[in-house]
Amino acid sequence: MSDTASSINLKDQLLNGIIKENTIFKLALSLCPSIAVTNNLKNGIFMGLAVLFVQVMVNITISLIRKVIQPKVRLPIFMLVISGWVTVTQLLMAAFVPDVYSKVGLYIALIVAFASILARAEMFASKNSVVPAMADGMGMGIGFLFALTVISFFRELVGKGTLTVPTGLSTAHIFTFINTKPVLIMVLPAGGFLAVGILMALFNWINSRYAKSSAHSH
Amino acid sequence: MEATKKEHQLLVSVSPHVKSEETTSRIMWSVSIALLPAFLAGVYFFGPRAVFITALCIISCAVFEKLYLKIVDKQSTVGDGSAVLTGLLLGMNMPASLWSFSPFTAHVPVIASFIAVVITKQLFGGLGFNVFNPALIGRAFALISWPKAMTIWNEPTAAFMAMDAKTTATPLGILKEEGVAKLLEVFGDKMSLYQHLLTGNRAGSIGETSAIAILIGGLFLLFRGYISWHIPVSFLGSAAVMAWIFGGKGALFSGDPIVHLISGGMMLGAWFMATDYVTSPSVRRGQILFGAGCGVLTMIIRLKGGFPEGVMFAILIMNCFAPLIDRGFRSKVFGAVKTATAKEIKK
Repeated sequence: MSDTASSINLKDQLLNGIIKENTIFKLALSLCPSIAVTNNLKNGIFMGLAVLFVQVMVNITISLIRKVIQPKVRLPIFMLVISGWVTVTQLLMAAFVPDVYSKVGLYIALIVAFASILARAEMFASKNSVVPAMADGMGMGIGFLFALTVISFFRELVGKGTLTVPTGLSTAHIFTFINTKPVLIMVLPAGGFLAVGILMALFNWINSRYAKSSAHSH
Repeated sequence: MEATKKEHQLLVSVSPHVKSEETTSRIMWSVSIALLPAFLAGVYFFGPRAVFITALCIISCAVFEKLYLKIVDKQSTVGDGSAVLTGLLLGMNMPASLWSFSPFTAHVPVIASFIAVVITKQLFGGLGFNVFNPALIGRAFALISWPKAMTIWNEPTAAFMAMDAKTTATPLGILKEEGVAKLLEVFGDKMSLYQHLLTGNRAGSIGETSAIAILIGGLFLLFRGYISWHIPVSFLGSAAVMAWIFGGKGALFSGDPIVHLISGGMMLGAWFMATDYVTSPSVRRGQILFGAGCGVLTMIIRLKGGFPEGVMFAILIMNCFAPLIDRGFRSKVFGAVKTATAKEIKK
C-alpha cells in the first residue's frame, strides 16, 4: 500500500464525487433513502448532510488507521468504523433536529449499509493519506447532498406546491407556491421513482452536452 | 465474386415475402373508428364537455409526440395515428366534469397526455417498445395526482347542450359504499338497472358509459380480425365467475355477474385496453392467461380494494407480466428439433 497522494489532484478528486461518480445520478446507488426521504426539502437536506458527515469521517478514520488494518479483516473493521460514525450522527440528529430525526431516523441507521460509503473506504481511503481521502469523502458526500437537495426540491415543489427551508436547526419556513391542486403523485413513492428518473436523465443530458462542448473547444 | 453478382442479379430478401395491405396507421385508425360509437354515446349523455375533454387529449397527445420527436431529432410518427388513438382512449377514460374552470381542472388532460405519450411511450423507445398502455398510465397518473377532480361524476342528462349538471356517484361507487340494495333503489328494479347500464344512461367516464356501443366497436374489431377473442372473452369470463362466486353478500355463489360486467370500465378495458398489441402477449394461450389475470385482479380490487373500480390497475399490473407470459407460452418453432434439457443430460 503505497501513498499516491502526490499524483492525485485534490480538485479532481472533489469533483469526481460530485459529477463523474455522483452516487445517485451516475452510479444509481442508495436509491432507497433518496426516494423515501425526499418528499420534503428539509428532510432531504438533512439526510444529505448526515451522509456527507459520515462519508468524510469514515474516510479520514480509515485513512488514519490504514497501516494497522490486517487486510484479511479489513471489511469487518470498515463496517465497525462506519457504524460507529453512523451512531454518532444518529445521536447528534436526535439531540439537535428531533423533528427531522423522527421522520428520517430509520434511513439514517441505514447509512451503515450504503454501498457507496463502504466502496470509498475500500477503494480509496484505505490506499491514500488523510488529505486526499478527506477530499474524496467531501466530493462523494457533496454529490449525494446535491442530488438529494435537487430531488427533494423538485418533489416538494411539484407535489405539494411548497418548499420547507430549514431556517435554524430545528425550525423551518414553509413557502407556499400553489394553493390549489399540485401533482400529488410526486410526493408519493411512485413519484419518487419518476422524479429520480427524470432528474437522472436531465443530469446526464447536461453532462453529455458539457462534455461535447468541451471536446469541441480542445 | 463481384462479377458473378452483377451477371445474375439474384436478389434475396429477408422474409416475409408476402406483404399485406395492413399498416400500423390503418390499424390505429380502424380502432379509432371502432371507438366512435362509445364516444358518441358519451357525448350524447354528457354533452359538449365530453367533446372538449376528448379533443383536448387528442390534440395534446399529437402535439407532445411531435414536439418530443422534434427535440430528440427523430422522424415524426404522428401520422401513424397511435398518438391520436392514445389521446382518444385517454379522453374517453376521463370524467366530463374535468372541463371546469372554477376550480380549474382543465389542465389535467394535458398533463395526463404528456405522461402518456412522452414518459410512457417515447422515453421507452416509441411505439412497440412501451411496457405499459400509455392511455392507462396517463389516467392512473391523473387519478393518483388529482383524486378529487378525477372522481367528480356528472349525472347523465341526454340533453345535448346542458353545460351544468348535477354530480352523482357511479353505479360501482354506490355498490362499493352502500351495497346492492341502494343501487336497486336508485335505479328502480333490476331490469331498469341493466337497461341503464347497457344504454349508458349512468354516471361514469366519457367512453365507458354505454356497454352496447362499446360492444358494437369491439365486435367490429373482432370481425375485421384486428383483435382475437382470447383476451376479451377470458377477461370478461373470469371477472363474471369471480363476481358470481364472491360478489354476493354473505353466501358464496350469490353475486350478480351482469352488473359487474356492464358497469365501470370493464367493457372498454376488455375490448380496447387489454387488447393493445404492444402491451399484451402475442401467443394465443398466453392471451387467455393474460385476460384471466386482468379479470381476476379487477374483481379483487372491486370487491376487496380501496377503489370502486379496478380495471385500470388490473390491466397495468398484467402489462408487466406480458413479456413473461410470452416467454412461458412460446409457440413451437416450425421444424425445430427438441433439444435435451439439463435434466435429461444428467441422466
